[in-house]
Amino acid sequence: MSGFFVVVLLLLLFIIVVQIAKASEYVAILKGEKKTQEQNNRLHATLMLVFLIAGLIGLYVCHELLKDKLLPAAASVQGVAIDHMMTITLVITGIVFFITQILLFVFAYKYRGREGHQASYYHENSRIEFFWTAIPALTMTILVAIGLKHWFTITSAAPPNAMVVEVTGKQFNWIFRYPGKDGVLGKRDYRLIDEGKFNPLGQVWSDPYNHDDVVSSELHLVVGRPVKLEIGSRDVIHDVGLPYFRLKMDAVPGVPTTLWFTPKYTTAEMAKMTGDPNFVYKLVCDQLCGAGHYSMVANIVVETQQEFDQWLASQKSQYELAKEGGAIPSDTTKMAMLPVKAQQSVVSEK
Amino acid sequence: MSSEVYTGQAQRAAVAAVAVHDGDGHAHHHHQSFITKYIFSQDHKVISKQFLITGMIWALIGGFFSVIFRLQLGFPDKSFPFLETIFGHWAAGGHISPELYYQLVTMHGTIMIFFVLTAGLSGTFSNFLIPLQLGARDMASPFLNMLSYWFFFAASIIMLISLFLKTGPSEAGWTAYPPLSALHEASEGSKAGMDLWLISMAVFVVSQLLAGLNYISTILNMRTKGMSMTRMPLTIWALFFTAVLGVLSFPVLLSGFILLLFDRNLGTSFYLSDIYIAGHALPNQGGSPILYEHLFWFLGHPEVYIVMLPGMGITSELLATHSRKPIFGYLAMVGSLFAIASLSFLVWAHHMFVSGMNPFLGAFFVLFTLLIAVPSSVKVFNWLATLWKGNIQYTVPALFAIGFVSLFISGGLTGIWLGNSALDLHLHDTYFVIAHFHLVMGIAAFFGMFAGVYHWFPKMFGRFMNNTLGYIHFWVTFIGAYLMFWPMHYEGLAGMPRRYYEYSADALAVYHRFQGLNEFISVVAIIVFAVQLMFVFNFFYSIFKGRPVKDPNPWKANTLEWTTPIHVGHGNWPGEIPEVHRWAYDYSKNGIDFIPQTVPVSPAEEEVAEPVKTPQ
Repeated sequence: MSGFFVVVLLLLLFIIVVQIAKASEYVAILKGEKKTQEQNNRLHATLMLVFLIAGLIGLYVCHELLKDKLLPAAASVQGVAIDHMMTITLVITGIVFFITQILLFVFAYKYRGREGHQASYYHENSRIEFFWTAIPALTMTILVAIGLKHWFTITSAAPPNAMVVEVTGKQFNWIFRYPGKDGVLGKRDYRLIDEGKFNPLGQVWSDPYNHDDVVSSELHLVVGRPVKLEIGSRDVIHDVGLPYFRLKMDAVPGVPTTLWFTPKYTTAEMAKMTGDPNFVYKLVCDQLCGAGHYSMVANIVVETQQEFDQWLASQKSQYELAKEGGAIPSDTTKMAMLPVKAQQSVVSEK
Repeated sequence: MSSEVYTGQAQRAAVAAVAVHDGDGHAHHHHQSFITKYIFSQDHKVISKQFLITGMIWALIGGFFSVIFRLQLGFPDKSFPFLETIFGHWAAGGHISPELYYQLVTMHGTIMIFFVLTAGLSGTFSNFLIPLQLGARDMASPFLNMLSYWFFFAASIIMLISLFLKTGPSEAGWTAYPPLSALHEASEGSKAGMDLWLISMAVFVVSQLLAGLNYISTILNMRTKGMSMTRMPLTIWALFFTAVLGVLSFPVLLSGFILLLFDRNLGTSFYLSDIYIAGHALPNQGGSPILYEHLFWFLGHPEVYIVMLPGMGITSELLATHSRKPIFGYLAMVGSLFAIASLSFLVWAHHMFVSGMNPFLGAFFVLFTLLIAVPSSVKVFNWLATLWKGNIQYTVPALFAIGFVSLFISGGLTGIWLGNSALDLHLHDTYFVIAHFHLVMGIAAFFGMFAGVYHWFPKMFGRFMNNTLGYIHFWVTFIGAYLMFWPMHYEGLAGMPRRYYEYSADALAVYHRFQGLNEFISVVAIIVFAVQLMFVFNFFYSIFKGRPVKDPNPWKANTLEWTTPIHVGHGNWPGEIPEVHRWAYDYSKNGIDFIPQTVPVSPAEEEVAEPVKTPQ
């Protein structure tokens, strides 16, 4: 019922506005075009100036209200560089923003049409065109240079001592696989995927490297140690979004992708920094992947090497779980679920 | 306003100029039925109005969808019974389902970008202005022109039908990335709705190609005597480059869509490989979704310049006319339009920095993307210099033109953030991107469209739109735009992902801090949308009851369209087509308020620009 009244009220308001508008049109005709235009020039030029001042104040107020809602300091070494790059970009674009917007609204006010005032015919100056082409070009070149320097560093090959974690996205959750003691991820084939048989990733059980691989729904990382994520997807494009670390990379079915970085703060340290004892790092899906896209959030734990080793040791490998669940007969070689040719064509390399 | 100085002498000279030119003068007298005159019309002015009105209807639908999904984002815990009335089981209990949410955002993007800001914007102004501002009776091919509208209409019908399917319309985003868009099992919207979406878009591309080829041919071949390329108004230059962009890039989009239709229905594997979905492994091998991304964004990036360029041309035109001042740096403005159009073909993969493509490739796209900021900023500086020492008449079109510049500055500068790949690693697919493209495309481009509508409405319909409603429309939309999209940048900086149905889960607790802002943005969105309804009312009401135009040149402008009678007939000029003797920007020259292009250069006048060869 109240919704109905709101609609009626709005309609009434609309009708009132329209009537005022029609009336002011008649008033304008009576006043004469010249006088009406003069009054409008004064009114809207003033409003432009008011908008500028109110806008600048608004910028400040908005910043005060929202600046504490931003993320804490970057939690990866690479993220620090990105934040630094962002500050440089903010300063440069900020300077341009203030100069151009202030000039725009000041000119809008200063050069409003009025009696006795005439516009200038002056309309070209090659010298100034050169300068205001060259200066932006130079500025952009600087931004490109700094940006690409960071880009090449971040997208370079992972250091040899990086720990490897495989990340697989699917509708609608993440699956992480750790190489285990042998340090090598076992072979996978998507045609072997069988959720009911403890094989969500299609691990080839006849490959011994698979036997100690641990599969988890949590991403565990070691503070100060580079991690190389080997990223893929089972079904559609997803994206490994890491806001706290300032990074992301698409997970593409059929196209393995990779991202490496070095975490700077353990979960405990970040909890202290943010003053939130329940702090947890998050991995969010950053590519529309279907109706459950918003629900693909995974927890990330950043811990010491010791804590990580302890955690890994306490996990059963997926092979063990599959055997316990009766999904693997004792002799895995006889179990060939695929012809030999297919077993040799693998999707994921180490 | 400075005193009327369009002297009797100059006026007589203008009339004489119109009479002297001997071209093919007379209008054809062929019999037209109601259907050939108003429905399958081949008159560019009627076709432009068809595009405009169809575009406006789509804008209302697309805007309405955004209000609905903003209800979800602003008030995720509230239920609105009227939603179930409208959307049925998709909004059971008055609560939008995730599927409906994704359908709404997909259709909002698709409708606004393609149907409103491409067809509705280019279709309207290219059709209306090209023959009128160049001194032609109609387009090079009025028949193809008619077809270009009706293919757009057909595409619209197909898209509309997709909204009412049992499985719903596409929910894969306006970007429609496979495998999400390729696999029927991946979402409800990837069933029949996706096929209809693709077919509608294919028909739409045909419409745009027919239109673009026509515009280019007309501009190159049908300018009146004296109208050299360098005497063309900037609106025409902008519309020219827009058409070139479309003709070169839409076919690539079409190819991407056709391959997607094949993958969906014919078992091919252009985009598909190694997929396990809905409990079984698919046989497809060897394809790559990244191929689609390249094909899509090869159009996708020029597309946003197709959206932007007409507004830039209109703004240049209107700032000059309403400031009573020539546009500053005409040749620089033409050059920057050319540079933007050319560079726009070299930046597409800045949408793909995190797609998994080779990062070395990414470096090239960073370079060109930041380079394209240069001609864009040149345009802003020239607009500022046009206002400088002007005598600005605050008509409604003038306000929208000034608003365009402000919004383009704001949105354009954040493009520099996103174009730098290292920053994009953090900002990609966050609300920062949404804030950026809504400021430049969602609002600035719309301002170009509004400015054009208010400015050329008297020419289109022989009446004025109501000024007071126009002023309210401007200020509420302008202020509302900044209120909505400025704070949104902060959400993006915090890494808040886009295209999320809700942020209420405990897992996303870090984003609960923005719930108040989300609510605020939604409320502003509703108000801004309501004001657009008022604009639509103003538009249609004024067609029938607006103040009649008494002076055929109410804005005292120089361009050729204002030399036609108040009610422009078929063939545009009742007598001979006027001849052009000067550029379009002689405002406040030698103390004369304005000198139309048709007025010959008198010996007493100082030389205008460089001597230009007349085309033949």
